[in-house]
Amino acid sequence: MTDVAQAIRDTARRLLADGRVDVVIGFEAGTLPLRSSPCFVRDAGDTDRLVWNMTCENNLARYLPRVEEKAGIVAKGCDARSIVGLLTEGRLERERVYVIGVPCQGILDRRSIERRLAGKEIVQAQEGETEVLVRGEGFEVALSKEEHLHASCRACRSRNPVIYDTLVGDPVAEGDGADEYADVREFEAKPAAERWAYFLAQTSRCIRCYACRNACPLCYCRTCFTDVTQPQWLGRTTDPTDTLVFHIARALHVAGRCVDCGACDRACPLGVDVRKLTRKMEKDVEKFFHHKAGMSLDEPLPLATYSLDDPEDFVQ
Amino acid sequence: MTPLRVPKQQVAGLLTALLDQYQVIAPVEEEGLVTFGRLGSPEEAVLDYRNARVSPKGLLFPQAEVLLTYNLASERAELQEAPQQQERQVVFGIRPCDARSFVLLDRVFEGNAWHDGYYLSRRRNTTVVALACPRPGLACFCASVGGGPFSTEGSDLLLTDLGQEYLLEVVTDKGAALTEAWSEYGEAGEDSLRRKAELQQGAEAALAGRVEIDGIDRRLKGMWDDVFWERLHEKCLGCGVCTYLCPTCHCFDIVDEGSDRQGQRLRLWDSCMFPLFTRQASGHNPRPTGKERWRQRLMHKFCYSVDSYGEVGCVGCGRCVVNCPVNLDLRHVLNEICSDRTHQGT
Repeated sequence: MTDVAQAIRDTARRLLADGRVDVVIGFEAGTLPLRSSPCFVRDAGDTDRLVWNMTCENNLARYLPRVEEKAGIVAKGCDARSIVGLLTEGRLERERVYVIGVPCQGILDRRSIERRLAGKEIVQAQEGETEVLVRGEGFEVALSKEEHLHASCRACRSRNPVIYDTLVGDPVAEGDGADEYADVREFEAKPAAERWAYFLAQTSRCIRCYACRNACPLCYCRTCFTDVTQPQWLGRTTDPTDTLVFHIARALHVAGRCVDCGACDRACPLGVDVRKLTRKMEKDVEKFFHHKAGMSLDEPLPLATYSLDDPEDFVQ
Repeated sequence: MTPLRVPKQQVAGLLTALLDQYQVIAPVEEEGLVTFGRLGSPEEAVLDYRNARVSPKGLLFPQAEVLLTYNLASERAELQEAPQQQERQVVFGIRPCDARSFVLLDRVFEGNAWHDGYYLSRRRNTTVVALACPRPGLACFCASVGGGPFSTEGSDLLLTDLGQEYLLEVVTDKGAALTEAWSEYGEAGEDSLRRKAELQQGAEAALAGRVEIDGIDRRLKGMWDDVFWERLHEKCLGCGVCTYLCPTCHCFDIVDEGSDRQGQRLRLWDSCMFPLFTRQASGHNPRPTGKERWRQRLMHKFCYSVDSYGEVGCVGCGRCVVNCPVNLDLRHVLNEICSDRTHQGT
């Protein structure tokens, strides 16, 4: 067990024992290799369940608007930015949450590791300092963690939580100065027909399970537009029209709010590149509104504010 | 009928012969993702796979299908029922768990009370060539829910990979009919049969005792108000991964799309994990939270299904286990229900 995990347990135990929170939302060991699982700890004697490693892939902030008790929460950099989002959007009161901030080294992309092993089943995985050792029937490979970071973690520039009540573990170095949006620029440079073909191919795999939507910390609408039947905004088939509209509308709904935690991407059972659209939104919001979501409690939300000096170039 | 041996280099020829007469569905791979797809040519088939990400239920019960079209534009109303599938298909290389799921679906769509023509036309035109499962996956538990890695239930033919060749066993008359034209394959010898028995034994041993669900239906009946349900769903995202990837989940919704003058009536997969599943026109929802939805999902599969059909509605393929975004593991939930720790009363 790592020092960070121990510190998380100690903090959780103290918070629960002192009655400062009713529940601690963290991660417990998963039931499969390369997995961990969100957990809700309410008993100070039960905090040894909590773990911390590079498979803690879910964004736990997702649970906060739905939990009515006072909650402690284990927050990576992206979870913390999502909490800022929930606070600034009025979905959460600051005094109702105790943030156990954890500087994050990035999360492993289990699908990428599976692809690397070309269908061979991983029976055991063990995280080392720089490598993850995976074993299965007749193989044992040490894979570079860096090479198998989730794409959202490679693009991340906020590994250290921007908001916390306690910081557990030492701050980590933030990403280098390299172009954060290189992936978006590369895609933007492609001909429109190629981009269109890409979206069609990706969304053709979508089974409309809504895991992407439900994993998102900022998708908290009590009734999602996809679930409204009067009027029926959106068809519910897997026809490309319906599926594309769903993905486009989902991306637009998180424009200026998405912190690119990648939870949607990791939740998708079919490996649909759901970040492709949200990344573009994120880049555009930064360019046009000079806003990076979830970085500050004081900054106005770009799509919920105005100024008399706003440029009106778009009005012809 | 005596089992045959099909040397691996002849599988392409076998598939080519099938493609002449049938639409052939087999495991295919794209970007490292194995799914069941329509074969264009034999070499697209991926037979050294564990299992496909998405189950084959959509081959018989598509995620969205047109039931009828309506048109009120002319003098009188016109209703046109959607044509039923006539094309004959061979589903080649699915695992025994998935083949068995067809039998569970049959019980629903060809039940005592109702025969579903849309499903049955596809089912009747489908021949299943299953591929035995000598290396079950980590999350598989077919043997705990009434199936087995070499089960022939739901299959018309069963193939077993013996290394250099496949052992081909005929299970049903439909399967026998498929092999009638195949004169080029010799009879399998004692060695082949012995090898298969060894593989089967190994696979069954690997699966033994993975999940214990003896008497689960009775236990669930006594658990309606158990505190167990209060916390079980807590981490659940409420998405449809488990039910949509499940080979036996079969709940659907019927919707009309179009105008008041013309349009179509569709049948769509639905999921008991979605809030809309039970929301009534008044706005009232009898299953308002994950608690009631999880209870329903487990009750349906492991209690009501036993009441209605004598078997649990799960084939143990493990898809819901592997693909749950929060690793809420059905195997552990089942073990917990069947352990004595669970029942803490209300």
